[in-house]
Formats: sequence, structure tokens, C-alpha cells
Amino acid sequence: MSASRPLHLAAEIGGPPHYYAGHYLALARLAEQGALDFVTLGDSFTRPGLDALAVLSRIAPDTDRIGLVPTVTTTHTEPFHVSSAVATLDWVSGGRAGWNAEVSTTGAEARLFGRRPAAPVTELWQEAGEVADVSARLWDSWEDDAEIRDVATGRFVDRDKLHPVDFEGRTFSVRGPAIVPRPPQGRPVTVIDGTSGPARETAARHADVVYARATTPERAAAIRDDVRRRAAAHGRDPDTLRVLVALTVDLGDAESAPEPGLSSGPQLAGGGSYYRGGPVDLAELITRWHRGGAVDGFHLTPIAPGRDLERIVNGTVALLQHRSLFRTFHPGGTLREHLGLARPASRYALARTGEEA
Amino acid sequence: MSAPKQMHLAAHFPGVNNTTVWADPRSGSQIDFSSFVHLARTAERGTFDFFFLAEGLRLREHNGLIHDLDVVGRPESLTVLNALAAVTDRLGLAATVNATFNEPYELARRLASLDHLSGGRAAWNVVTSSDAFTGENFRRGGFLDRADRYTRAAEFVSTARELWDSWTPDGISRPVTHSGEHFGIAGEFTVPRAPQGHPVVIQAGDSAEGREFAASAADVIFTRHGTLDAGRAFYADVKGRLAAYGRRPEDLKIMPGVSFVLGDTDAEAQQNADEIRRLQVSPQNAILALEQVWGRDLSSYDPDGPLPATDPDPESTLVQGRVRVGDPLAVAAKWRALSEAKGLSIRQTVIETTARQSFIGSPDTVAAGLAEFVAADAADGFILVPHLTPGGLDDFVDRVVPLLRERGVFRSEYTGTTLRSHLGLAEPVWKG
Repeated sequence: MSASRPLHLAAEIGGPPHYYAGHYLALARLAEQGALDFVTLGDSFTRPGLDALAVLSRIAPDTDRIGLVPTVTTTHTEPFHVSSAVATLDWVSGGRAGWNAEVSTTGAEARLFGRRPAAPVTELWQEAGEVADVSARLWDSWEDDAEIRDVATGRFVDRDKLHPVDFEGRTFSVRGPAIVPRPPQGRPVTVIDGTSGPARETAARHADVVYARATTPERAAAIRDDVRRRAAAHGRDPDTLRVLVALTVDLGDAESAPEPGLSSGPQLAGGGSYYRGGPVDLAELITRWHRGGAVDGFHLTPIAPGRDLERIVNGTVALLQHRSLFRTFHPGGTLREHLGLARPASRYALARTGEEA
Repeated sequence: MSAPKQMHLAAHFPGVNNTTVWADPRSGSQIDFSSFVHLARTAERGTFDFFFLAEGLRLREHNGLIHDLDVVGRPESLTVLNALAAVTDRLGLAATVNATFNEPYELARRLASLDHLSGGRAAWNVVTSSDAFTGENFRRGGFLDRADRYTRAAEFVSTARELWDSWTPDGISRPVTHSGEHFGIAGEFTVPRAPQGHPVVIQAGDSAEGREFAASAADVIFTRHGTLDAGRAFYADVKGRLAAYGRRPEDLKIMPGVSFVLGDTDAEAQQNADEIRRLQVSPQNAILALEQVWGRDLSSYDPDGPLPATDPDPESTLVQGRVRVGDPLAVAAKWRALSEAKGLSIRQTVIETTARQSFIGSPDTVAAGLAEFVAADAADGFILVPHLTPGGLDDFVDRVVPLLRERGVFRSEYTGTTLRSHLGLAEPVWKG
């Protein structure tokens, strides 16, 4: 029965830029108090503000349980650097790292690098998929027990447990292995917004968490079913995917009645789904959509994080917890544990020992 | 009498390499964040200027196999340093980042982010690569030859500074247009001017191009000159190059990377040093070091036996990801002469020829030695390379730093909040 699936909740903490860590730390701690699965910080090379992965690395030691998911773009960066940085975020956070893979579609972004013109979005998402693929291979390229510290033979690592990935993509190649040892989660969590066509295929193939922007539970369920079907076609178990409805929320006038559209769902705005109303009504919406089996959870983007995240945690989440629809604490330590996702074995270890993947 | 010249100190976290004694029971994790926290907090307790991380871009290979004892596993520098900014208050945070396999806009943004998030403590150690082997991990490969990599690095640094200067000190952003030999970029930089104006720029390397590049563009130069005479010659040479760029001698700090071994007495320290050398040059490492000179598979040789009778192969590609130092034939001739004169085995020869222990002795002796180098203008300070992680700096901070303070050559507390202020470097003049 679908209603027994655990509810997953995440929140974006970006907004108007701040240039000190305390602002983001306060928001992440608030989300952590609400036992949310993870916080995200959006990014692009033309977005005013600090590098998102840097910000979440900076606050990692000052938080304990909350997952940390920066946006990392794949169009103008080196895939090897991307995989190393995300793996390192996993190390410094003790297994709480993810990354939201995004592409850079604009000429303005391309001109900051001067290497390549803006490319068609379909090509960019194919490339993003290759970056996600090679990252996962690099994270696997050190087997978990590669470090042996064998004093008798003088070997720090067992080189048979380090593997070149030999990845040949359409726009790049990587030899490998990784320089960063396999991170605590095995593979940090990969998040992709799968609403649009080109991104959905990449998400179905490579993501652990998929966002779906939808204005009705039926539409969300349709995206979820499609993503799961495509994942299965790629040989994945669809139950290893979490599909979260991505909702921009404005809880600015908590006393007001919900927008007239609420009875049928949030409004469409700016290419996304937009909810305006009070925290209690948001809890109702989350309950209804989740109970109906449309989604695994929600990724909420408050339009004013400093104000709305407090209302989400102390209003919406508290109500969901009171109704036993959402946990009151993090039972595990890693983001994968929050999401109910197993720690993957290294594909190279499986191949070496002849086990089934 | 004027106050003595002040010393600068930094701490290096080397990870696993051929000087790391990972087999020591006191050796902890080389990758867990807690190890980085311990070493960084120890350095900050010692009021060090900065904490220094190397980078790794490809696991080295030896004879077609992954080199399992040298640069085995490292985190990504900037990400670790951002996290360390959370657990330290004053310590500078220096990341080694390659200028060959990065792009100025992205790296300038990441460095400015670290500077903001640490309150003005960021430094960038600029390195370059002409190594196609390392390039196999990157989109753009390893196509740059030796000359081009320095012109690219110089343009990389100046482009980063154009981006950092694109915000006025009053917080107004203006578009950047850069059209150069290596980079053509246009647009707005999205990070306001960082607390230090520009993060501190460190340059590592000893070639003529490297010295010239440092004289023109760096705030700190990281060297390897281990003797007083070599240090003084290097110091005079590099400081002498600054005037041509309109810079003063004090605008560039010279900091050799040095190791140290302490004991209660000089004799005990020497015993400790000998033991550490034996552990660093394990039988396996002795053969590997020999192969790095000879460029041949010498795995069948006995480390306790004599040097090979065959000559090195100067064209060898046996060692990958590491520059072969000097002319292998000349190095081999030197090693043979030493071995014959003293009757040394392979391992004993490697121990004698690859010594990197710069300061060995009681805390008094080490403090005096460090102070002598600085007073004699052989260095402005040191980057200390402990052989143990994460506790390898504990004794130094507890026993040597107080003596340096007593001598009046090292600070007792931080007087500023930024790395530039620790180093006595002026805030860069805004060039709008």
C-alpha cells in the first residue's frame, strides 16, 4: 500500500545572496531540527552569490544530521573535479552529501568560459548524464577496503582494489581512478530535476532523487510512473529512486485562506509549481498527495527562506509529525539512510569478486 | 636595537607520500575530516600563518601499476578548507589548485567564496602541469608544453585578479571583458570583493620561469632549499627580481618546505630521525626510489644488496605522474660513488641521498636553527611537513613555538584576522 511509504522532505535555503556562513547555517540547523532529509542550495555561474558547494562544505562541521545538496553544474566544469569535490563534501560531512546536477544553457554562462558556445539542451543533458555516470564510476574506483596498511609488505593500499574507469564520453574522457578514496556513502546522492524531457531520461538513468514540478497529484504521479518505468528500462530497481514534487512556496500571509487553486493543487508560475497559502494548508496538500501515492515526498523552495522555512518547520512539518506522517528525528546518520537508500557496493568490487550487482 | 625579523610558519598536511610514516601506530586516518581538524587546530594553537594542502589529480603509476605508496588518496583541497573554516578562526587556508586543468572564472569564484566564508583567510598555491599522463583525467588533456604552462598560469592569475577587481571596494559590480592568448571571457563576476581584496597567491617551484613568475605575481613562494647557503642564494635571487615588477622585497615571502625531528636531546633527536628514515625508506620504497632514478624494473634487486651495474634509461616512462629530477645518468653516478666510498647498500644509499630532514635536534636546537635561517635571510619562514598525521605537529607547537616566542622571532597571538595581515602583506591596490 502506497500510504506506508515514508514521506521525504527537503528544502532549498538559497535566496537573495549572503556572503557569510551564519545565514545558511541558521537555515540548515532549522531544517535539521525539523528532521528534513536534506537542504539544497541552488547555483549557477551567473547567479549572484557564493559557490554553493563551498557554502555547504563550510556549514557541514556545524551541522550533524541534515543532508547537504548543492547544485553543481556539469557544462563548463571538469567532471573529475566535480566528482572529487562532491566526494570530499561527503567526507567532511560524514556521509551527508548529495549534488543536484544541472546544466548551463545560456550564452551568458558560456561567455564566462569562452571555451564553447551554448549548446542545445538535449546535448547538455546527455553530457550531464555522462558526468553523473563517470562520477559514480570514480566513487566506485576505490573499493571500500582498498586501504590495507600492510606493514609486512610495506603497502598502504592494495592496488588491485583501485580501478581505472577508462570513461570515453562524447565530449570528455577520464582515465581514473579517483584521487579521493571512496566516500562514506559509497556514492553521494545524485539529484536531478526530471520534469523536462531531456532531463528526465538522464534522471531516470542516473539520479537517486528526481524532482517533478507538477500542479496536480495526477501529473506528479504520471511523472513518477514515467521515471520509474524508464529507470527499469535501464536495468535499475525503481524502488531505489525517490521522486519529490518540487514546489515553490509562499507562506508570507499565514492567516490568509489558501489561494483559490489549492483545492485542485498549486499554481503554475515561471515554469514551476507555486503554492501560496498557510503552513497548515501546505501540510494538508502534502498529506493528500503523499497518501494518494503520487509522490515520495516534496522539495520545498521558500520564496523567502528566512521567513518561510521557519513556518515550514514549525508549522507544516510539526503538524505532519503530530499526525505521525513524518519522523521527528533522524534515525540514521547519512543522507542515504534518511532517504531509505542502500549504500551501493562498488561495481569494481562486485566484478572482481564475481558477485551479482 | 630593533626588533628581530619575524618568522612566518605554516603547516602542511601531506597525506600518504614517501615521507609519511603511516606504519607508525600513532598514525591516524589520512582522509577522515577529524585528522584535518586536529592538524589545523594544532597549527592555530601555535598561531601559525596558514594550513597548506597539496592536491592530487591522478594517482601516480610505476612500471605500469598504480604506485601504492606515493600520493595515495587526497581530498579536494578547497572543499576541505571551506569545512576547516568552520572549526578555526584565524588560521590561513591555502589550497593547491592547478592552473592547467581549471578555468579562471570558476576558480576565481571558488577562491573568492573561500575568502568570504573564512573571513579573509584564503590562499591559492598556483601549480601547473605539462604532464599528459595527468591530463588524461581532464577534458582538455595535457597538451601544454613547459613554456606555455607558465604563460597560461601568468594569464590565469592576472585574469583572476581582473575578476576580483571587477567589484569596486564600494560594492559596485562592473562587467569584465578579457581577451588574451589563453582566455577569452566576458560577463559579470558574481562574488563581491573578498575580505582580503585578493586571496593570497602562493607559487611553488624552483625553475627560472617559476622564480620569475613568483617575482611578478606571487605573495609567497614555496621552495625546497634545505641548506643555509642554498637558501641565501635563492632568497637573494628571488628578492632581486621583484624590483623589475615595481615590487618591494617584503612583498614576496620566501617559505621553504621543511621537515623536523625533535628529541629531548640532540642525540635522542638524531636517533629518532634515523628511525624515521628507516621507516620512510622501507625496503619497498628503497627499490621504488631506485627505479625512479634508473627508469627500469629493479624489483628483483635486494634492497640490502649493491646498486645495479646497468645504467639508467634516460628515456624511460616507467614512472608516471612525477617529474624525474635531474639527469638520471649523473644521479646514478653520484649514488654509485657514495655507495662505493661508504660501502652502502641500495637502501642505505637511498636513505643518505634522499634525506629531507631539515631540522633535527632538541627544541632549543630546532628553534635556534629556524631562527638562524630567518635572521640570515635564507627564508622568511617555513612550511612544516610533519611525518605523522594527525599528531605530527603537536610536539612542535608545544615545545618549539614557545622558544621561538621567547626569542622574539614569532608572534604570541594573532594581531589581525586575515592571512594577509598575518603575513604582513598589504591589501592589494584596487585596479578598477
